[in-house]
Amino acid sequence: MSLALTDRTWLLAAAGFYFAGFAWGTVALLRQGRPSGPGTYFTIAIGYVVQLVGLGIRGRAVGGCPLGNQFEVFQFTAWSAITLYLLVGVRFRNSLLGYFTSSLAAALTLVSLAVPAWDATQRAHIFGSNPWIELHAALAVFSYGVFGLLALTSIMYLLRNHSLKSKHLGGVFSFLPSILDLDHIGVRLLGAGVTILTTALAVIALYYLRDISSANVLKILATTLVWVAYGVVFTLRMRGRLLAKRFAWSCVILFAAALLSIPLVDRSRHPASQGTEARSQ
Amino acid sequence: MSSPALFVIGATHHRVPLAVREKLSLSAENALVLQRELRDIDGLREFAVLNTCNRVEFYGVASDAAAAARVTAAFCARQRFDAAEFEKIRLDLRDREAVQHLLEVSAGLDSQMLGETEIFGQVKDAYAAAQAGGCTGPVLNRVFQKGFQAAKHVRTNTGITEGQVSVANVAVDLALNIFGNIKGTRILLLGAGEIGEKTAKAFQSRGAAALTVASRRFERAMELATALNASAMPFEQREARLAEFDVVVCATSAPNVVVTLAATKAAMQKRPARPLFFIDQALPRDVDAGVAEIDNVFLYNLDDLAKIAEENRAAREAEIAKCRAIVSEKAEALWRQIAGQVEALAGGASPRSTAASAEVTSPVSDRAPNGSAVPSPRGN
Repeated sequence: MSLALTDRTWLLAAAGFYFAGFAWGTVALLRQGRPSGPGTYFTIAIGYVVQLVGLGIRGRAVGGCPLGNQFEVFQFTAWSAITLYLLVGVRFRNSLLGYFTSSLAAALTLVSLAVPAWDATQRAHIFGSNPWIELHAALAVFSYGVFGLLALTSIMYLLRNHSLKSKHLGGVFSFLPSILDLDHIGVRLLGAGVTILTTALAVIALYYLRDISSANVLKILATTLVWVAYGVVFTLRMRGRLLAKRFAWSCVILFAAALLSIPLVDRSRHPASQGTEARSQ
Repeated sequence: MSSPALFVIGATHHRVPLAVREKLSLSAENALVLQRELRDIDGLREFAVLNTCNRVEFYGVASDAAAAARVTAAFCARQRFDAAEFEKIRLDLRDREAVQHLLEVSAGLDSQMLGETEIFGQVKDAYAAAQAGGCTGPVLNRVFQKGFQAAKHVRTNTGITEGQVSVANVAVDLALNIFGNIKGTRILLLGAGEIGEKTAKAFQSRGAAALTVASRRFERAMELATALNASAMPFEQREARLAEFDVVVCATSAPNVVVTLAATKAAMQKRPARPLFFIDQALPRDVDAGVAEIDNVFLYNLDDLAKIAEENRAAREAEIAKCRAIVSEKAEALWRQIAGQVEALAGGASPRSTAASAEVTSPVSDRAPNGSAVPSPRGN
């Protein structure tokens, strides 16, 4: 395969692999009543590498981390979630985590590819010459990937809880991790996500302290709100005030809200002030 | 073929009730003596004895049509069991059917608890003992080894072993769905009856961290705790100390609830993030049904456990046809491979020349550990 392929072609291929993982998992569940296991894991891994190539081409074209529009943010969020899955998924390889992760990645990447308007403008050098802003953006979006995986494990928690409470344990439910394992991984993911987002905000806060005029108020407000919300959930969970189902629901709802905030933030940007436009690859 | 030469005779749970199986079951001492006696039987070239609580079976290769009858006679004499009575209940299969039977037994298809895996280890032990005693030869070595492969294939490629079918093991599986690992869990057993004891033992066998027994009669709790290498606790402390435990097995004969909703709520306030699993095996029930509504509390009663066990059993039974098709195919293939060897033995070919021909057709040497190609039941 040649690198002459456009970045969108690579990203489309990656979305295809993620969708294949989802489709393969669905067929395995329907036909055999069990997840496809290593098959899904390796399909996702191939998609991940292909997506990395696509994002790399896009990154070279825009001269930095490709986070200049809504399409790129969705792609990067999916990539972040997959990064974490490939790290933690080994432990849950035969569980439904791979199936859920491939579903999320396929949804994020395919939706982003399906809406041309999201990628109508490719902004080059959006972070200027300051690598700290780029680091902030990359960390912030990466934390969204972490929260995405947290939402998935929370959905799995809710399904496992439902199966145990309703005493329906057969079929696909038997491939869910234990409820305690899901709770533990949820707490760790939340802690990791909050830490990464805190770092991202700390980095940008230091920058804006020196140059407040360039601050995008709506973007900062939205990101800070997401950070506060997750921070509150994390604090309540650690104090034993938000547990079990309510904790899981909070993580799912917050991620949905965080995703919805992305278009809002993206619309608030001023293309003219953030860099020159790059031609489509 | 001059006469059937590979055989299995014995008695199994299918036709023989427990009371009779008890009389037929070989003690360790009797098994040793019988093995010596079988080695002296004329015409018996190879043999292995499978002796479990559900079956006693003799697998043999004979060059003499009467050898199987001599095995039966020796066994009945050793067990002081009426031979005529044994004739009425015995299992008697020959050649390909004998091969298929061993494959089915190894795969758990012939077990009382369908798909159970313990039998696989028991068949392996029986084979190992026969091999160590120099009682097996090229035919039985091949049949048993291929039987193990077939059993593994069936277990891997079908759902015959999926899901637990005993109430105690279903309870342990449920705990795994909650805690992920039994090793760190602390178990409280309320009641010192047989049902609770079985469940507690199932948890112990899977590595539960600690077991505490509480019974309305403290001396009975002490007695059971000693037997199970557990600790005992006064029954009155059960609610105050509830938060210390992860799994509570309730099996008292108390007429009223012994674990209340209020006590459970209080316990969960002390351990809000850690689940609490109640297994209520008592009739009338020991645990207030309202506890199931509390977050992180899971309550299963006897009916729930029995229903899951029954569903698992039905799921296993649905796999039988698939398993039997696999086993039948494997048995047919194996019989085609060994029929020549068996016929040669039945025709009185010398063991050494038979072994030599076996080595030509088989990539695996079937020599016994002592180096003899066909170990004589009489020993070398």
